[in-house]
Amino acid sequence: MTLTTTQTLIIAVMFAIGTMITRFLPFILFKGNNANNSYISYLGQVLPYAAIGMLIVYCLKGVNLIASPYGVPEAISIIIIGLLHYWKENTFLSIGVGTVMYMALVQIVFV
Amino acid sequence: MNNKVKALKAAFPHTIPIFTGFIFIGIAYGVLMESKGYGFLWSLFFSMVVFAGSSQYVAITFLTSVFNPVYALLMSLMINARHLFYGISLIEKFKDAGKLKPFLIYGLCDETFSVVCSAEPPEDVDKNWFMFFITLLNYSYWSLGSILGGILGSVFSFNTNGLDFVLTALFVVIFIGQWKSQNDHRPAITGVVCTLICLITFGPNNFIIPSMIAILSVLTILKKQTDKNELAKEE
Repeated sequence: MTLTTTQTLIIAVMFAIGTMITRFLPFILFKGNNANNSYISYLGQVLPYAAIGMLIVYCLKGVNLIASPYGVPEAISIIIIGLLHYWKENTFLSIGVGTVMYMALVQIVFV
Repeated sequence: MNNKVKALKAAFPHTIPIFTGFIFIGIAYGVLMESKGYGFLWSLFFSMVVFAGSSQYVAITFLTSVFNPVYALLMSLMINARHLFYGISLIEKFKDAGKLKPFLIYGLCDETFSVVCSAEPPEDVDKNWFMFFITLLNYSYWSLGSILGGILGSVFSFNTNGLDFVLTALFVVIFIGQWKSQNDHRPAITGVVCTLICLITFGPNNFIIPSMIAILSVLTILKKQTDKNELAKEE
């Protein structure tokens, strides 16, 4: 441990406060009258779709396209998940096959 | 009581992919903390209080350098800014959650958001308790993973390389499910394209806030256009 116990506790609390501000702020800002605002209810309808799209890209931010393996394991796994899920619509099958596929690719094929 | 058990049973299957992801990423976190001299009680403490995977990983860098609480707070705000979108998306859904609401918001991480916004409970199950148990189960998995990691330390031998992809897979599956359920794909495309462009432009460490601004701008323009078209139709 580099920091003292008190300093560590303060760092934990700072990170917790930062996280909680981002989680609670929308609910505090758009309380009561504001909740009926047509712009906010429009965002409530469309943002979930945009946010999941954003989250996928966020998960893939570490992929390097100009160095081996050029994002190939990610691309193959996502295409397989996509096809499988479009076809069977079985969440566990899609996630299971996709993850095992990815692990095999990064552990065995593209070592 | 029966009502809650029912909600728990309905919620559990939706959390299985997150169980897998959280246990192993939680273990990795606990192992990493242990290697910096922070035992499992510290890992558990951070997981229970902060409950945000990526910021907890970043917090480790603050524990191993000069004490800087102000920068820690700013860093946490930046890394977690994407949660603002989750809140706005769920204002309507959490409206009647009453006493469960503070915890639903407290536990609103990426994974919980993705399940809560996409999973629908069966008709005879209370919606609020259903969302509560999804949140609580995910919260427990993460805490459990951190303890396990701290205890197992470096004795872990199974090659888990690539296992964290389970969460990416979950998001892809939810994305496809949403895609099939909607006729208007513009919001989904906006999310992916804006974030990709910002990732390329700003690099992997600074792209989330620009992405959020870009997404909000495009969605606002789309709304204005739709409003205009509707007005034109009426006339």
